[in-house]
Amino acid sequence: MISIPLEHGLYLAAALFLLGLMGILGRRNLIFMLMSLEIMLNATGLAFIVAGARWGEAEGQIFFMLILTLAAAEVAIGLALILLIYRHFGTLDADRISEMRG
Amino acid sequence: MLKLLWLVPTLPLAGFILLILAPGRLSKRLSAFIGVGSVVLSALLTVGLSMEFLQSELPGNTYRQILWTWIAIADFTPRIALHLDSLSLVMILVITWVSFLIHLYSTEFMVDETDYQRFFAYMNLFVASMLLLVLADDLLFLYLGWEGVGLCSYLLIGFWYQDPANGYAARKAFLVTRVGDTAMALGLLLLVTHLGTLNIQLLMERASQAWPVGSTLALVAAALLLGGAVGKSAQLPLQTWLPNAMAGPTPVSALIHAATMVTAGVYLIARTHVLFELAPPVHTAVAVIGAFTLLLAACSALVQTDIKRILAYSTMSQIGYMFLALGVGAWSAAIFHFMTHAFFKALLFLSAGVVITSLQHEHNIFKMGGLRRQLPLAFWGFLIGAASLASLPLITAGFYSKDLILWQVWSSPLGGPWLWAAGFIGALLTAVYIFRGWFIAFFGPVKTTVGKKPGILMGIPLLLLSLLSIVGGWVELLPMGGDQPFFSSLLHLTLPELETGYRSPGVELGLQFIVSTVSLLGIVLAYLFFLSKPQWRQTLLEKTPVSALRRFWYVGWGFDGVYHLLLVRPLQWFAHFNRSDFIDAFSRGMGWLLVWPFLWLARVNRDDFIDAFYRGMAWLAQVGHQGLSRTQTGLVRWYTGGIAAGAALLIAMVVFL
Repeated sequence: MISIPLEHGLYLAAALFLLGLMGILGRRNLIFMLMSLEIMLNATGLAFIVAGARWGEAEGQIFFMLILTLAAAEVAIGLALILLIYRHFGTLDADRISEMRG
Repeated sequence: MLKLLWLVPTLPLAGFILLILAPGRLSKRLSAFIGVGSVVLSALLTVGLSMEFLQSELPGNTYRQILWTWIAIADFTPRIALHLDSLSLVMILVITWVSFLIHLYSTEFMVDETDYQRFFAYMNLFVASMLLLVLADDLLFLYLGWEGVGLCSYLLIGFWYQDPANGYAARKAFLVTRVGDTAMALGLLLLVTHLGTLNIQLLMERASQAWPVGSTLALVAAALLLGGAVGKSAQLPLQTWLPNAMAGPTPVSALIHAATMVTAGVYLIARTHVLFELAPPVHTAVAVIGAFTLLLAACSALVQTDIKRILAYSTMSQIGYMFLALGVGAWSAAIFHFMTHAFFKALLFLSAGVVITSLQHEHNIFKMGGLRRQLPLAFWGFLIGAASLASLPLITAGFYSKDLILWQVWSSPLGGPWLWAAGFIGALLTAVYIFRGWFIAFFGPVKTTVGKKPGILMGIPLLLLSLLSIVGGWVELLPMGGDQPFFSSLLHLTLPELETGYRSPGVELGLQFIVSTVSLLGIVLAYLFFLSKPQWRQTLLEKTPVSALRRFWYVGWGFDGVYHLLLVRPLQWFAHFNRSDFIDAFSRGMGWLLVWPFLWLARVNRDDFIDAFYRGMAWLAQVGHQGLSRTQTGLVRWYTGGIAAGAALLIAMVVFL
């Protein structure tokens, strides 16, 4: 069985993570930022799976399930927040919804 | 039973402590219960004690109770010890019983006061101090009671402290008596340095051994003690506080005048009589002071319009009689007069108190008038008291004591016709002034409406004191009427008997007759001038010298004015003039000298490195704050970038370092 080396998996995860990060930093639309966040979570999950498979331990998969749950909760709350923000400000531009004074 | 002697002063003291330390305000009923209860227990105990004292044959006729040693420094060991002999026995009997009656009266008299509890606390402390004073075995312990009495008089005269005039009267009483007390303290120091003890019995013994009659030290010691007695007993020249002392509530006046404070001087002289016998000139001075005071005060009493001031001057005058008796060596006669005076003066004050409260605090006798029918109790009480004070013959207590004094003044080798004449004129004046007050206040047209009438708690003391003012003199029957000198023979267990040069029944009877006539004459004069023929008084007053004399007597012979001019004004002037004297200037200069270098140093050194360091810290904090506050933009993506950059930096550090 040809096994994919550990480094390849980690490189993929790192590339995904950077893509997500760049999405968050570059985009101003809140929905795109949320999606980029999901990509970063997936990249983290991939890294855990790869590491778990490499050492033959179950912790990596358990962590991935935790991350999935976290992502589901986050999406639910995040989407609700985005809906409210849109209703309140009439925009989804993250730079324009500041309510800070001073 | 005698073992319980310590309880006699302790009970009122305990009452005082209970009342003053009670948390919060006690109900009036409870305050009165503690106040009166402690004194009545003490009074009952005193009766029991005297029963046993008279029955048991004590060695030296004294009973000593040493409670504990107060101080022990080398040979000087004054003890807290009580000394009961016939003199202190008579004193504690009179003090406790008269105080009890006054306390009982006060429960109703003071019932409208808010400071009921404070009043009874002070009254109890007063009684306790006086009991300590008379029971003390040691002059130092006596001095404790002596000062306690002074303190209580201050507290009680200024009882209604909201009025500044009352505070002034209280301070005046305190300061004037303090002049005498200073003399007494000096006397005690002299005695203890020369005789090495302050125990009274021992002191008297040593004094008569060490000092011959008329020696300078004995003279000085006796004179200094006399100074204390003069101050406390309001005798010439320290008498000015007593009329002002009327600022306190009436029961307080009754207590001060009848049973406690002013008689302390009489007691002191009687107690240290050995010392006075060693100093004949001082002894004579006692009689002379008494004679002058009694005349002077009687004249002032004659023209007062305030009923309480009449009684105040009357007390001064009667204490003058006691001093007169002490001065001629008639020790027991003085104590006898103290006892009867306590009865009738308390009665007079309490009767006056009934009048004053029922007329809404009216003190002026000329505004009273016609109270005979409305206040029968006060009317009869005042009449009996006045009759006793004026020594109406045979039926009043005052007659027996005053007659005894006058007779002994006449027959004593130290006395003589001149002193007797002073007492004689005093008797006439006494009858005139007291019946003047009685006639004006209780007869004539009705001028005011009577408010509150006395209840049973005020009635009982009046009745009992009336009774005592009549029968109180029968303990000492005159040679002409039974010849049973029960009282003197009791006192002669302690005090020496007067050695009269002769004993002529004819002369005695004649003098008695004259004295009786003169007091009756005084009453008739008062009746004529102030009731039946008021026009006589008018014509008399229209004459300039008479009205001038009247004004002079009214202000108490101008003593206050003279003292003000000679003592108060110069002191005030000096204090004002001297307010920036060299001591003030020096202390101001010193202050400047000390403060200035520090100020200079502080100004010069305000930029040293410590200051700079702290200023730098402050600057850094401010700059840091400004820099960091820039980063708080509220832009989410900036934060995210920051977190990412930070994370990358941390990872780089972990990987490469």
